[in-house]
Amino acid sequence: MLFNEPHPLEVKVLTRRFEYPNAEPIGIDRFLATRGYEGFRKALGMTPEQIIDEVKKSNLRGRGGAGFPTGMKWSFVPRQSPKPKYIVVNADESEPGTCKDRIILENDPHRLIEGVLIAARAINASRGWIYIRGEYRYLIAVVDKAIEEAYQHGFLGENIQGSGWTFHLSTHSGAGAYECGEESALLNSLEGLRGNPRLKPPFPATSGAFQCPTVLNNVETYSAVPDIILNGGEWYSNLGTPKNGGTRLFCLSGHVNRPGVYELPMGFNLLRLINEVGGGVRGGRKLKAVIPGGSSCPVLKAEECDLPMDHESLAKIGSMLGSGGVVVMDETTDMVKAMFRIMKFYAHESCGWCIPCREGTAWLKKLLGRLDEGLGVSTDIDLANELARNMLGKTFCALGDAAAMPTISFVEKFRGEFEAKLKSAQAQAPVPGAQPLAVL
Amino acid sequence: MTFSPELEARFARMLRNYPPGRQKGALIPMLLYAQDETGAVTPELVQEVANRLSVKPVEVEEVIGFYSMLRRKPMGKYHVQVCTNISCLLTGGEELFEHACRKLGIGNREVTPDGQFSLEEVECMGACSWAPAVEVNYDFHHKMTPEKFDQLIDSLAKRQ
Ligand SMILES: Cc1cc2nc3c(=O)[nH]c(=O)nc-3n(C[C@H](O)[C@H](O)[C@H](O)COP(=O)(O)O)c2cc1C
Ligand code: FES
Repeated sequence: MLFNEPHPLEVKVLTRRFEYPNAEPIGIDRFLATRGYEGFRKALGMTPEQIIDEVKKSNLRGRGGAGFPTGMKWSFVPRQSPKPKYIVVNADESEPGTCKDRIILENDPHRLIEGVLIAARAINASRGWIYIRGEYRYLIAVVDKAIEEAYQHGFLGENIQGSGWTFHLSTHSGAGAYECGEESALLNSLEGLRGNPRLKPPFPATSGAFQCPTVLNNVETYSAVPDIILNGGEWYSNLGTPKNGGTRLFCLSGHVNRPGVYELPMGFNLLRLINEVGGGVRGGRKLKAVIPGGSSCPVLKAEECDLPMDHESLAKIGSMLGSGGVVVMDETTDMVKAMFRIMKFYAHESCGWCIPCREGTAWLKKLLGRLDEGLGVSTDIDLANELARNMLGKTFCALGDAAAMPTISFVEKFRGEFEAKLKSAQAQAPVPGAQPLAVL
Repeated sequence: MTFSPELEARFARMLRNYPPGRQKGALIPMLLYAQDETGAVTPELVQEVANRLSVKPVEVEEVIGFYSMLRRKPMGKYHVQVCTNISCLLTGGEELFEHACRKLGIGNREVTPDGQFSLEEVECMGACSWAPAVEVNYDFHHKMTPEKFDQLIDSLAKRQ
């Protein structure tokens, strides 16, 4: 089911088959009737180099968070290696603020399968897994059904469409761990291990799933590929900005009138996204801040939000495009509380493998918690900032950075709010032995 | 141990989904699917899964604590999960969680005395644009309000 009405400013590629409101996932018959698997049929007649070139030309960049160029990633796979090659789909979707992979899986699961098939063809893979977070159990059922249909119609299995090529695909359930969205932790989880990250290099392209060359991409990334092959990389690239091809799903949440998932061209203006597509800030209030791409991205002040949503523009002001989760905060938002809640998440989800992340998130949670409660001391603000800065770049995976970067931005950009909580606490001069406010 | 025929069929399929000799890959999904039938990851289940995947029981034990959905003690028949992460926080998720505590008369990760309901404050569940969100077992409920929450709980209570 689609949960929000589409908006006229949307450019529909990924969502072109969606109907609102529709109750059923798009089955194979309707998929085939709307040019489904045509991109894949075309890819069957192309060489791996041609497929990868087309994806390179499209300027498609990873939609999981890091924005790595997809065609380039595929080209790193050593196709001559005697080992089997694998495809892994990252459907762990757990970055706070992000709810987009879900609507692709739910509405158009065959689109993902088609994208996977094209990627598999490009690296001559023999098998793939769709790693879906455990909480998305109903979506596992939807995708399993689509996979079954694809087998029945000869798009999966042996001798696919008479090509002599064999490729198998299945779902794989996670069981509750944000860290398993990180690619190397995901691969460990896929092997039946704790989801701790791996030392890189080697990268998945050379040693991924079961130590074999692997392409690992986000759901939305694979889902863009069928239309790229069908209409050409250049066509797709032109939908976006020069270094950011195509469209992407923006998940608008928080204090907006029309929250929802909207497909917009890369480079769409953030203020327009909030005001025109999202119908403006709720209750006619003033905008205070925006998290532009999931909770790991440094927060933007309202006056920083008049900018195009592409990787370079956000990097230029010290943030990231991230996973497409745009969290809107109005003037009433308690920024200290918001940051504390975000840190509670990272402290809970740190896998404990790297000490700077395990200890850093735990201490930041304590510091931010007492600042939020009004029990902080004046050195806590700088201490939080310093602690976070000391975590940067010191861990196997980016979870430590993902916790540190928002902290630094909240503390630096909204320092006044942190100080105000100190002052109000001091003014009330807590009675010795008084119970602190309950914090859930 | 035996599971339902559907689950047995699923397990048989799952074992074929991993490269030869690497069927341990099925470990985490197998534990979760089995837990749905047994209610918790019991010592017997650990042994059973270890046997089926030809791994040592300790290899099963070591993953249980890592994954938040795997649990050693059963939760309620209806496991109510309320998200209070950022998008839900901004739209009343925290108040909703407090309301849920009062409505069910239990705290975080507790079970009602009759075993019907349990409650958990959870992290982002991918429903941010339709916040605040609640998941009961595997069913999502979007744009929740205290009133809608009460209706949901009352209708589940009647269903028992
Ligand atoms: C802590 C952490 C969590 C992540 N969670 C996800 C996730 O839930 N989904 C996702 O696609 N990528 C996630 N990523 C990014 C992946 O590591 C990886 O970059 C991505 O899946 C690659 O696919 P792409 O190139 O198509 O974006 C996460 C990264 C980190 C460090
Ligand atoms: S923040 Fe609650 S569902 Fe994402």
